[in-house]
Amino acid sequence: MRIPFVTALVVLSLALAGCGSDDDGDGGGGGDGPATLTVYAAASLTKTFEQLGEAFEAEHDGVEVELSFGGSSDLVAQIQEGAPADVFASADLANMEKLTAEGLEGQDPQEFATNTLQIAVAPDNPLGIESLADVVGKGVNLVTCAPEVPCGAAAQKAAEAAGLELTPVSEEQSVTDVLAKVTSGEADAGLVYVTDVIGSDGAVLGVDFAESSAAVNTYPITTVADSDETDLAEEFVELVLSEEGQAILREAGFAPA
Amino acid sequence: METRVPRWIFVPAALGAAFVLLPLVAIVARVDWGSFGSLITSESSREAFVLSLQTSGASTLLCVVVGVPMAVVLARTEFRGQGVVRSLVLLPLVLPPVVGGLALLYTFGRRGLLGESLDALGVQVAFSTVAVVLAQTFVALPFLVISIEGALRTAGERYEVVAASLGARPTTVFRRITLPMVLPGLVSGAVLAFARSLGEFGATITFAGSLQGVTRTLPLEIYLQRETDPDAAVALALVLVVVAVLVIGLARQSRTAL
Repeated sequence: MRIPFVTALVVLSLALAGCGSDDDGDGGGGGDGPATLTVYAAASLTKTFEQLGEAFEAEHDGVEVELSFGGSSDLVAQIQEGAPADVFASADLANMEKLTAEGLEGQDPQEFATNTLQIAVAPDNPLGIESLADVVGKGVNLVTCAPEVPCGAAAQKAAEAAGLELTPVSEEQSVTDVLAKVTSGEADAGLVYVTDVIGSDGAVLGVDFAESSAAVNTYPITTVADSDETDLAEEFVELVLSEEGQAILREAGFAPA
Repeated sequence: METRVPRWIFVPAALGAAFVLLPLVAIVARVDWGSFGSLITSESSREAFVLSLQTSGASTLLCVVVGVPMAVVLARTEFRGQGVVRSLVLLPLVLPPVVGGLALLYTFGRRGLLGESLDALGVQVAFSTVAVVLAQTFVALPFLVISIEGALRTAGERYEVVAASLGARPTTVFRRITLPMVLPGLVSGAVLAFARSLGEFGATITFAGSLQGVTRTLPLEIYLQRETDPDAAVALALVLVVVAVLVIGLARQSRTAL
């Protein structure tokens, strides 16, 4: 009994060691055969980039687009720690600057879309919310993003433009968390992006407010310096900036950069 | 003579220990010691720290108040469907905390099962510190119940039977025999519950939200700080680790003293 067990351990550790080197081998394979393009994109781009990925695969035989979505800062942190990204699309300029500050960009970042805030309320707007002033004060459970994340920074800017101080009952980590609090009925109002309201398919109503123009969020995209698929990465960025790519983004509610 | 263990067993044991310890070493290695003091004493850090200790303390207390009776019922009585009840009670152990948070939302939320009645009473649980305590209690309770139930079963019923035969009433037996007998189990269970509460993240962020001084506990603060200030996140993570180690260490000491 003893020998097989020890053998199993040795085999297991070899297998584990193998896993580690496997990853490295995979990435270097570019050129011939099937290629994989790994795109890191902000969570708010999920629907549009899935469409863009499909369009890219349709135009490039044998190329597979792998998409990884998350908070922009999470994605930057992962790339900084050596994650195998070929393209990075951020939800704001600040997180893109974190990347360029370390020289990890493959080309100059290009702005490809903008997004503005709306007040998300229940579909029948029971509190009759019509402006930013309506969500401030007692009796309204307002939820925003924390000022540390892009949507929260935008909310603060809009509030400053309106000369208001927001008094949220919760400052969420991401815009999807804010939306969830409104759709579940826990919150009366939430500050989210226009694209989130459109993406909710009627689960919430979006109320425009004048001061949102003071907090327009710009989305930049770039290739990643360590990419093994530089050509494909550049072509993907071109697709996003192309008429076809822009049309997909428009449909989801993004405005041109 | 000391029990001999097979020599090969040290290899996987050492691997396992390294697997647990290395990430801790990695955290310590990342700490920016120059600004460590100022990072962990910022207002938001302090409020998160205090809130975490308060809510974890309250959750532990709540766990003890309902968990000890639960363990006693599970260990000392027999009823139909007891196995099913035990499994269900322990469910939060395997449930992803986010799912636990959703379940709590559907229970205590504004549109939840109890939410409407609570709303009518003027009680709003969501976005309050109470919600944090509920979330922590939900995930920590099974740790306490398991721990005490195990202690009760190991201790056996001999002394309780003797006390009862000498005329002690059930409450007296519980107070004078059962409780003192399982005290070590209670202490380690409470420590586990406290530690689990301290680390609670998923259920809290789903159910209670995140607001400085109200619902943003240390794990939520760490997660948020990571967005803009990774150094602060690392520093706070180390604080959390140290508190957890202290709690476990103190519990070990008090248990050996008992």
